[in-house]
Amino acid sequence: MLMLEKRPQPSKAWTLAAPLLAVVLTMICGGLLFAALGKAPVETIRTIFFDPLFSEFAWFYRPQLLIKGAPLALIAIGLSFGFRAGIWNIGAEGQYIVGAICGAAVGLAFYPTESFLIFPLMVIAGILGGVVWAMIPGILKVKFGTNEILVSLMLVYVAEQLLASMALGTLRNPEGMGFPGSRNLAKYDSASSWISENAGMHWGVVAAFIAVIFAYVILSRHQFGFNVRLAGQSPRAARFAGVNPKLLVLVCMGISGGLAGAAGLFEVAGPAGQISIDFNVGYGFTAIIVAFLGRLHPIGILLAAGLMALTYIGGEIAQSNLGLPGAAIQLMQGMLLFFLLMVDVLTNYRLRFGKGATV
Amino acid sequence: MTLKSILAGATIAASLSTTAFADDPTKVGFIYVGPVGDGGWTYEHDQGRLAVQEHFGDAVETVFVESVPEGADAERVMQQMALGGADLIFTTSFGYMDPTINVAEKFPDVMFEHATGYKQADNVSVYSARFYEGRAVQGHIAGHMTESNVIGYIGSFPIPEVIRGINAAYIHARAVNPDVEFKIVWAYTWFDPAKEAEAANVLIEQGADVILQHTDSTAPQAAAQAAGNVVTFGQASDMAEFGPFPRVSSIIDNWGPYYIARTQAVIDGTWVSTNTWDGIGAGMVGIGEISDAVPADVKASAEALRDSLASGEYHAFTGPLNKQDGSVWLAEGEVADDGTLAGMNFYVEGLTGDIPQ
Repeated sequence: MLMLEKRPQPSKAWTLAAPLLAVVLTMICGGLLFAALGKAPVETIRTIFFDPLFSEFAWFYRPQLLIKGAPLALIAIGLSFGFRAGIWNIGAEGQYIVGAICGAAVGLAFYPTESFLIFPLMVIAGILGGVVWAMIPGILKVKFGTNEILVSLMLVYVAEQLLASMALGTLRNPEGMGFPGSRNLAKYDSASSWISENAGMHWGVVAAFIAVIFAYVILSRHQFGFNVRLAGQSPRAARFAGVNPKLLVLVCMGISGGLAGAAGLFEVAGPAGQISIDFNVGYGFTAIIVAFLGRLHPIGILLAAGLMALTYIGGEIAQSNLGLPGAAIQLMQGMLLFFLLMVDVLTNYRLRFGKGATV
Repeated sequence: MTLKSILAGATIAASLSTTAFADDPTKVGFIYVGPVGDGGWTYEHDQGRLAVQEHFGDAVETVFVESVPEGADAERVMQQMALGGADLIFTTSFGYMDPTINVAEKFPDVMFEHATGYKQADNVSVYSARFYEGRAVQGHIAGHMTESNVIGYIGSFPIPEVIRGINAAYIHARAVNPDVEFKIVWAYTWFDPAKEAEAANVLIEQGADVILQHTDSTAPQAAAQAAGNVVTFGQASDMAEFGPFPRVSSIIDNWGPYYIARTQAVIDGTWVSTNTWDGIGAGMVGIGEISDAVPADVKASAEALRDSLASGEYHAFTGPLNKQDGSVWLAEGEVADDGTLAGMNFYVEGLTGDIPQ
């Protein structure tokens, strides 16, 4: 008989091995899926996971990985603080949108003045926008005990409506012939977040790497990182250790909101270029997967963001070159999270064969 | 002598066959905003792609990527197609406009065709269909069919293309039924079955017994079917599976002939940047079979309207027409010019509510 026995401590080896095993299982089952669709499984897997890195056109795809991965990493790093402390901000997508709107509004207000001060001001506005949007569920939780999962999620839809109204009204390009959408910030030198478009470098990529380093230092070396971990593992112990749970909620919401807002600003001022009705493409939600895939660890998140970016870009290549349906790619991305959660059982439980063992 | 001519002939034949062999098939790429199975907009573009494939056979290779978000992702997918050797790329949604222009700058040897936009370049053509002609026919039928005199309209985004459709439908509904009232819901999506169904239900609850949609899924059709007594029209695609009732007719986008012509132009080396805006007459817009749920006299008058639009004898925007605020837009007998239509951002007189700003 097969039995599960709870480990006294989560296994260190499995914590590291689980994501890798999940990726391997995804490749195998994804391959079976592709074979069932009548595509060569090995070639398809190779197209998705290796072509963006090593094919003839890798010079084009590698920078694209940075562009696609940076917002994911930036948002996921912010989320990881709250998730470790048991504070569930599901609405990063909304904070991302509001950050983009606030940052873009500042940039557009200065158009067409050129000054090196404009971009830093936009970054500050973007961060503040995200923080303010995250403070709504934060303060409601602290003051009235509302559920931050629901409130932050619902605020995503509010943010989407706000975005539509901005693209159609306040921020609409006056020279856009009546079509919705703002001016293109990427083409306005003082407001552009691009450093080098061909290299895929924009300030969001730089910010993502800086965030990883800061998060690593704070979580492993700083008292605040200790408090966060303690609050997540044992809220009672944290209270005895002098952690103020309300303050912790606000700080964690603030960090995740601020980073999501910054990601939105970097995106709107660079790769996306303009505020449009459907500016957001789900980075805030995908970042939740990235955070868990990366084990809420900064380095892990960086790798996970790279992996997710890889499946997006490789998936598009597979669609275009091999005629794979788009839904098959989404299915495979879903598999990745599914297998991770499945393999996670092994981190917390031991497999026992035979009978007699009491659980 | 004979041997010589045979040899010469063989050489020519050989050289011809090698050139034919060395020439890669012309590669035509398509970028879709929805899934190919949406049953509407993207489905019809994909039908156009299949028509190209069938017409040219092995001489042309077609590729596509579906559900591409408008923005940075679209730009990447287009570049990837261009790098992959595409000679001609159709970008089939309004929001691909700036990405198309950006990528076209980087690949001057690749031809681009952007649907429903207004930015052209040396290697970027724009094309669209005069869907408003089809909307005029829909409005005519809708005005006759409604008993509650409330017609619901599911708008996608408040862009000129959609506003043109609302105005054309309203003008022709009012022409046959002066008491008709339009209720407009903006879904802010091209394809989202859940949102579209919700919009349809809201309109039905508000008393609408005819629903026109400018979104791409069949969800509003299903909602109307569930309600039982609500008339709908197929959008972009025939949606015949919902006929003969609730779906009583449809606007069908027919891109195949255009796609074949443009592909041929690339093969022949005669492709130049153009601005195409064709309607019922050129066959780019089709009116789906008007079902028997529509009274015979209405069907006949709707078909007469369709034919007069096709022949160019009648224009869907013919004065006298006033703008919503009562100011004169078109005098008696005057027809709208394409420039005004292309950037249309006002309702005609009689429509209530504001265009979202």
